[in-house]
Amino acid sequence: MTFTRREALGLGAGAAVFLATGLRVEPAAASAEEAMKMVMDFAGGKEPTAGKITLSAPEIAENGNTVPISVSVDSPMTDDDYVESVMVVAAGNPRPGVATFNFSPMSGVAEASTRMRLAKTQKVMAVAKMNSGAVFMDAKEVKVTIGGCGG
Amino acid sequence: MASAKPRVKVPKTAAKDEVITIKTLISHKMESGQRKDKEGNIIPRKIINKFSAAFNGTQVFKVDLEPAISANPYFEFNMRVPESGKITFTWVDDDGSTYTEEKSIEVSG
Repeated sequence: MTFTRREALGLGAGAAVFLATGLRVEPAAASAEEAMKMVMDFAGGKEPTAGKITLSAPEIAENGNTVPISVSVDSPMTDDDYVESVMVVAAGNPRPGVATFNFSPMSGVAEASTRMRLAKTQKVMAVAKMNSGAVFMDAKEVKVTIGGCGG
Repeated sequence: MASAKPRVKVPKTAAKDEVITIKTLISHKMESGQRKDKEGNIIPRKIINKFSAAFNGTQVFKVDLEPAISANPYFEFNMRVPESGKITFTWVDDDGSTYTEEKSIEVSG
């Protein structure tokens, strides 16, 4: 089988595109796996269920450098029944970890806000762990216009 | 880098057992360790990795920060105030330095 010059060039270009996209996809996939592992480790073997926790984030974040987010967990925050911690994970970032908030009954309300970086459009997850060991989860898709990881 | 300057907003007074909202901000670049300089060398990571707030010495709120937290880390959280006292805020840098700020709150009635 012989190639004309044009075909050979076309194939080369195709391979280059394939390589480039292949390289791009790889770290993101690794990160998603890492993110799931982080959630599982944090949950301590329990299956996170929906409810109780609310993650608020903008639907569209123009600037990925500062995306305001807040988490709120429905809990009486008494000595017997309170939220121990909330972990925020961004699977589409180069490193999935964002922050872990540790509360105590003295917090009064299990709510916290901060500003985070998002490299690209992705799903942000928040996982809450109660003192009873129950684990709850919420996720929000955030569209990012300008990524926040700098070059 | 200029030294990190913490700023904290706490109400001066509260009713007994009132849940107050606290806002904190500290000027810090939060170098993620992902960026590269002009020569292509990775700029080493330097972030605030821990923030905590304590009431009269008892830790109430603590955050473990990752590089995904924006520059000049901002936090808003709550605290129940059982009595008059001091709230201490501590930020811990990757290089080991700590920045602290203290506020008093008066419980009336």
